[in-house]
Amino acid sequence: MKAAAPVKTVVPARAAWSAVVRAGETLTITDLHGNQAVDFLVYDAQDTSVRYSAPDTVHAQGGIFLTTGSVLMSNEYTPLMTVVADDVGRHDTVGGACSKESNTLRYGHHTWSQHACVDNFLAEGAKYGLGKRDLVSNINWYMNVPVEKDGTLGIVDGLSAPGLSLTLRAERDVLVLVSNCPQINNPCNGFEPTAVEMTITGAGERGATA
Amino acid sequence: MATQTTYGARDHARAQEGARAEAMPVVPARDWPEPPCEADRLVWAETVAGGNYTHRMLARGTELRLTDPRGDACAHLLLYAADRPWERLNVADTVKVQWNAYLGEGQLLLSDQGRVLASVVADGSGRHDALCGTSTLARNTGRYGDGTPQGPSPAGRELFKLAAAKNGLQPRDLPPSLSFFQGVEVREDGVLDFTGSAGPGAHVTLRAEQDVTVLIANVPHPCDPRPEYVSTPLEVLAWRAEATRPGDPLWDATPEGRRAFLNTVEFLAARGLA
Repeated sequence: MKAAAPVKTVVPARAAWSAVVRAGETLTITDLHGNQAVDFLVYDAQDTSVRYSAPDTVHAQGGIFLTTGSVLMSNEYTPLMTVVADDVGRHDTVGGACSKESNTLRYGHHTWSQHACVDNFLAEGAKYGLGKRDLVSNINWYMNVPVEKDGTLGIVDGLSAPGLSLTLRAERDVLVLVSNCPQINNPCNGFEPTAVEMTITGAGERGATA
Repeated sequence: MATQTTYGARDHARAQEGARAEAMPVVPARDWPEPPCEADRLVWAETVAGGNYTHRMLARGTELRLTDPRGDACAHLLLYAADRPWERLNVADTVKVQWNAYLGEGQLLLSDQGRVLASVVADGSGRHDALCGTSTLARNTGRYGDGTPQGPSPAGRELFKLAAAKNGLQPRDLPPSLSFFQGVEVREDGVLDFTGSAGPGAHVTLRAEQDVTVLIANVPHPCDPRPEYVSTPLEVLAWRAEATRPGDPLWDATPEGRRAFLNTVEFLAARGLA
């Protein structure tokens, strides 16, 4: 059987994106211009009450940073996706999404009118019947959040660069929601959000599923 | 006692009143033997068995003290705005907004709406965790051979599902949880070290800053390395007190926290509640 060509989509700065990625297919996220945080949630496509769990993922791999080999675990401790390639080496599991509400705490009430990731997740999730209760702590691809000895934690300058990418393999049929983070108040996007590219590659083209 | 008849069965059941177990609620709460405040202020007094759960709605201003009498309790906790469960604990905002991954005295437990659900007003443990969540059926089945609520090693998430259901909530309403009395530290490279318990007698006191629904599961921390399921009773006491107000040291402790309290009070004032 001849495999379909990869499907590429450019997600503009500040925008949302979603797709169902079938078991064995891969999703490549390319940071086109560098230092762009990509907020990411993933659900079992057949049962969206089974969804990405930051704590189960952290627990399963014994650490808070994601890179090649990291398995994204669900809240039922089942694998959803696996990081099979990564040019950057460190991605965030702790910081979650920005929201209009949390921006008022983090920076001040002057930020209220700014667009935020939670709004992207709500709008994109609504296409699949998902609501606010379905949003949980998410992954921030390309975002750099170190933790100091005393527990101090914060978003600092990113480690990514133009053209770097990471690739995820779907371990079952999954629904992926992405918010191409619009944050302009911290270094997660270098204070200037930019576009990223999503590429879904068929299982057939890459050979048998692992 | 003969229980062949309805009368005998009724007498047999009624004769149980006054029985005592190690893990049980004390009702009324003021009968708790060693109250930490004037007994009349107590509103909740319970000992939660290892591998069990409890839940309660608490009014704004109520203080909730959790105690680990024997050193092997782990209080996994979720908070929701009472009757508005779409506003709930957001662990990511809690650590990110406050620039700290560790829970302790002075930390605020933030909702996803930029408001405070509860604050940590006293901490006699120092061993808590906001990163690893609770245990699952799959994980406990793998580790202990069983993770069902009816078995010998219940998983925290399974107990949370039951506590949630009793408040009209479903599994999809369960976000990542906090755990008290069993700690985790993060190394520079992101790897986690489990620090375990501070030992018998540790306690932590939370203060409700809105009317909240509290779900608590007392199960081993998912990083507990011991091969056996070790979970000892958890003591839960709550009493009437006052919410944090302008002028309290906690109100102005950080700019982020001050804005969270301001958001909370503005929201409640608009509803006629503060």
